[in-house]
Amino acid sequence: MADITAAATAVARRSTGAGSDIWRKLAPYLFLLPFLIVFIGFLVVPLVYAFNLSVWKTTLVGGTHFVGFDNYAKAIVDAKFWGGVLTLLKFAAMQIPVMLALALLFALILDSDMVYLKSFFRISFFIPYAVPTVIATLLWGYLYSPSYGPAAQIAAALNIQRIDFFQPNTILPSIANIAVWEYMGYNMIIYFAALQAIPQDLEEASVVDGAGAFAHAIYVKLPLIVPTIMVTIIFSIIGTLQLFAEPYLLYNLARSIISSYFTPNFYAYTLAFVAQQYNYSAAISFLLGAVTAVISYVFMLLTSRRSAR
Amino acid sequence: MTKDTLNNGFRLPLSRRTFLQGAAATAAIPAIGTLTQGARADDAVELTLWAWTPHTQDVINRFMQKNPNIKVNYQNVGQGAPHYQKLRDALTAGTGAPDVAQMEFNSISSFRALKGLADLGPLLPPDVKDRFVDWTWKAVSDGNSVYGVPWDSGPMGMLYRQDVFDSAGLKAPATWDEFADQAMTLAQKTPGKFYTNFGASDGGWICATLAQKGWRPFKLDGTNLQIAINDQIAKDWANYWQKLVDAKAVSTRPLWTADFFTDFDNGTTASWITAAWGPALISGSMKNSVGKWRAAGMPQWKAGDKVDSNWGGSTMAVMAPSQHQKEAAMLAAYVASDPDEARFWNQTVFLFPVEKALLSDAALMGTKYDFYGGQPVNQVFAEMASEVDPSFQFAPFQDNVNSHLQDEFAAALGGNGKIADAFDRVQDAIVAYAKDQGYTVS
Repeated sequence: MADITAAATAVARRSTGAGSDIWRKLAPYLFLLPFLIVFIGFLVVPLVYAFNLSVWKTTLVGGTHFVGFDNYAKAIVDAKFWGGVLTLLKFAAMQIPVMLALALLFALILDSDMVYLKSFFRISFFIPYAVPTVIATLLWGYLYSPSYGPAAQIAAALNIQRIDFFQPNTILPSIANIAVWEYMGYNMIIYFAALQAIPQDLEEASVVDGAGAFAHAIYVKLPLIVPTIMVTIIFSIIGTLQLFAEPYLLYNLARSIISSYFTPNFYAYTLAFVAQQYNYSAAISFLLGAVTAVISYVFMLLTSRRSAR
Repeated sequence: MTKDTLNNGFRLPLSRRTFLQGAAATAAIPAIGTLTQGARADDAVELTLWAWTPHTQDVINRFMQKNPNIKVNYQNVGQGAPHYQKLRDALTAGTGAPDVAQMEFNSISSFRALKGLADLGPLLPPDVKDRFVDWTWKAVSDGNSVYGVPWDSGPMGMLYRQDVFDSAGLKAPATWDEFADQAMTLAQKTPGKFYTNFGASDGGWICATLAQKGWRPFKLDGTNLQIAINDQIAKDWANYWQKLVDAKAVSTRPLWTADFFTDFDNGTTASWITAAWGPALISGSMKNSVGKWRAAGMPQWKAGDKVDSNWGGSTMAVMAPSQHQKEAAMLAAYVASDPDEARFWNQTVFLFPVEKALLSDAALMGTKYDFYGGQPVNQVFAEMASEVDPSFQFAPFQDNVNSHLQDEFAAALGGNGKIADAFDRVQDAIVAYAKDQGYTVS
């Protein structure tokens, strides 16, 4: 940091003198340096390393060989990988709409002039996002617990059929619920910020035109933050496809439902650290990256075409 | 892993008198002799040891007192799976591996496949093998080569709730046929109660119970690997349990969860097919069922047989990259098998002994436990220890086999075919994997 500060001072001092052009051009990059170091060290280098891994193959018998794209050829027809992707698409279909709808609803309510204690609610909704995923999952794992969890105990006290949260048809909603709880507040803050940026005079215009708060929210505010909504949808899709910590931690509680290839990331983890197939695991990870890119791109293409129309 | 949950030294009620009896017995057996006798390091050396068993530091401290020129750094890098992952990563990376590591019996073949284990054969006294229960020695050795010092074991048996059994008019079964009949009876008399837990969620449990039936899925000879996971023994075993699962006579609750233990404590699940370390784990985890538990031998497939298998248990292994293998062997031998320490392990952390002298020690094995209604449970398991069939071999990638077993059993219980089909799927997957890894599969 000291170097950078010194360099920046130097830039400032010389900017009036000769050769200031070079320094002026260089200055932004010097300011970017801290970011670039971290970016290269923790993203670019590991990516190159992983890609290098993915074109080799180390086996228990026979050592290491260069195999080119063999690992990818195998990955692209791997039913376990695509099964995981399918699981996540189903998961996304139920989780993302619920989460974003709630986020939008709360953002609109907080943005309206109807509530007291605005900042209190804003923080309250946001707090779950500050809880680490591991803690959140352990917490919900307890709440879901079939014999000593509160949900089960309440059901037993009321003598009603308890919900089994760890069944083949309930496990996805159970995990989706955790994800909604965790990330709803984060999206709400994004929406809230976008809503705050809408000029006040539009509301005055609405009032003049005779629109109530509700009509104003639906017909004025909502269309204006559509680009923001699109961004959160893309983020959510990308985040969903990376799903790992929740199923990984619930695995111990629901082993009979969650397999070691439940999501593509979980599969890559198992391949690397249980089956010792580091190379194949790297190929699976890159394939997941490709799938994520394609899905995000297709989504953007569809939505931009519609908005162009 | 089998001992993931055996955390911070669950304690059986152990009276001071029992302890003193034990101590007196130690003094009375001078014949055992120490493994480390005669071996002395010349220069000061520093060793690293990885293990997750509680109180390892205490034992290491005593080792350092006796061997002032050896400094030992103890690290706990995780229990079971994470421990092995870090060990594998360190061996693969070529740096950072410890000199000595805890190594469960079922991991030895995997780490031998990685060429990660040093041969202790030339470093240990030749007569040392006579001290250990035969199968434990067979499990760590290959001809004259030795890949670990046996530390503790898990001969299998059965723990059950006497009160639940009494109320349904049941008594501990001698055979698996009786076991199934009783399970059906209990399910009919008291729906909602389970006779036992079907441990499909733990690969170790699956392998151990199958091994008792004669299942021998792997045979490794050089790089030739015979794989017979879905043989008739496995199919019979699968059909046996399928019937009980379908009748809702057994619970399929995943092992090691809090609910798993709660079910035992409130009598929802009435018994557990477990290993010799099970009694300590159960007594340390129950609140309401104190005094209601009993232990019995493993049910037999043929009446009158005496066949048992082992589940879990560890060794102390020296890692191949160690620069001080002689000293590391001394340390491994001391921690795992010094007679006083073996007694210490049994009395503080309830590791079940692997040394013949301790298993025939009346004071140690005869300890009566209030939790088990005054029954000397160790005796039950000591008897089973002599009946463990030593011929079972683990795969050179056992973690992966266990992972596949767990996945496919989960699928089968979730409605994807029958348990017997799960074995076919595991067979196919593991054969493909072994070929991919360069083994010649037959």
